[in-house]
Formats: sequence, structure tokens, C-alpha cells
Amino acid sequence: MTRLLPHPVLTPVLAVIWLLLNNSIEPGQILLGLALSWAIPVLTIRFWPEAVSIQKPFALVRYTIILFYDIIMANFTVARLILGNPDKLKPSFVKLPLDLTSDLAISLLANSITLTPGTLSAQLSDDHSYLLVHALNETDPETLVANIKQRYEKPLKEIFESC
Amino acid sequence: MLEFFLSFLILTGAIFTFIGSLGLVRLKDMYTRLHGPTKATTLGVGSLLIASAIYFSAQGPSISLHEFLITIFLLITAPVSAHLLAKTALHLNLTSLAEKPEKDAIDQGGPDEVDTAEETEKADTTDTAVKPEAAEALQAPDQTKS
Repeated sequence: MTRLLPHPVLTPVLAVIWLLLNNSIEPGQILLGLALSWAIPVLTIRFWPEAVSIQKPFALVRYTIILFYDIIMANFTVARLILGNPDKLKPSFVKLPLDLTSDLAISLLANSITLTPGTLSAQLSDDHSYLLVHALNETDPETLVANIKQRYEKPLKEIFESC
Repeated sequence: MLEFFLSFLILTGAIFTFIGSLGLVRLKDMYTRLHGPTKATTLGVGSLLIASAIYFSAQGPSISLHEFLITIFLLITAPVSAHLLAKTALHLNLTSLAEKPEKDAIDQGGPDEVDTAEETEKADTTDTAVKPEAAEALQAPDQTKS
């Protein structure tokens, strides 16, 4: 089972991407898409040794909605900061201690941080215990860390690491 | 009516993309400059793509969904490139308006006053140190399978 279908999540995602690429739902395309999305994970199994497991799909949907809302708000915040006086900006580096352990969850968190209000993930420490975050205009680093942990890290932990 | 909505989306997209590019000119250092293109462009390009999807769905014979793929790929790749640029900037120890983190806080911090010869030596030793582990890691999945 694990050999024939190493990534149960990846297969449907690849099939949907194939159909979107072709922009059609003809039976031939569906069959070809399913065949490709089965073959690609089997052939690339050495590249992705760990199977992705999503514990709570609904939490993932909720997370995505929150993220999209934050991205839109981030655009307005950053636009205002850029149009304002650049000399008044107080950029700073903030160390964000990580509770997440899985690589996928950490990379999703780093991506979310980069996409949201005035923050940019700059570096992951070698032992995966800290993420270095660059903030465009931050006077209160502790609130920022608490905010990120509450808003993004907690749901990600629930989704990808059940405990 | 549809045209008003589409022109609104296209204008919003254009304005945000412009502000994102403006950030490159107005902001003062490498790190703050990264903020403009990575963020202001997501909404900018996003609304342009939504406008394109609606227009071609209304005009063409079938619904056009290519734009959603572009959006997904953009949202995945833009932060990665920004992350790599920021990492490189830290490694090269570029000047920063923000106070830079102390070197031992982040293990791979920039080479402070290390000259290049020493640095390449270091890189060599870490390479060889990593190799046996990597080989083990490659073998490990095979063992679990059999």
C-alpha cells in the first residue's frame, strides 16, 4: 500500500493541477491526470521520504481563509508604510522560537510569515529551533512573536502534528 | 456592469504593483526593500489574475481556470525567493537599518571578519562532515521498506 501509493495527499492534488493546466474535464484528461498523479509520487519517492498527513482538513481550510484575509490587510499596511516617510520606519530582526518540528509545517509557517503584515522570514537556525524574522516596522517584538504563534503556529501544529 | 468591476480590479492591481515597485526605490536597505515586491505584488498580481479569469470565462467558450494555478504558484514561490534573498543578504553581512542579530544566535550567520580563504576551508570541512550522515539518511528509507 505505502509502496504503491506513497503520498495519498499528493495524488489528488496533482490530478487537480493537471486538470487545471488543461482546463478541461474530459474523461481522457481525467484518466491521464490520474495515471500521472499516481506515477509521479511513486517515481519521486526518494525525494519525499515522509508522507504528508493532514490531521484536520477543516482547520486547514480555516487557516487558508485567515491567511488570505491577512494577506489583503498586509498589502494595505505595507502600501501605507511605503508611501509614508521611509525615515520613520523602524525595521528590526525578531527571533521566533519554533514549536513545530515537521519540515513541511515549518516551511508553511515561513511562507505565511513572508506573505503577511510587514514581516519576512529571513533564516532558519540549523537545529530548526529559531526562525529569524525581519519586521518592516516593529516597535514591540514580543507582541509580534505572540501574535504569530497564536495566529499561525498553533493552527499549523494542530493540522500537521496531532498531539 | 461587469466592465466596471473588471476595470476596478485591473486598476487596483496596477496601483498595488506600482506601489510594490516604488518600495524598491523609496526604502533604504536590502531587507526593507524585500517587503515591497513580496507583499504589495501579491494583491496586485492577484487582482489582475482574477480580472483575467472573469474576463476570459465570460468571453470564451469555457471557464478559464489557469489563473488560479498561477496564483497558487505565485503564493508558493514568492516567499521562497524572498527568503533566499534575505538569507543571502544576512550571509554577505549587508548593511542593515535594523540591528543585526548576534552571530551565534543563528548558526549560519554572516561571515563577520573572516577572510575568504578561511571561509572556504570551513565550507569544505562541513561538506565532508555532512556526507556520511547524508549517505545514512539515503539508505534509511530502503531499510524500512525491506
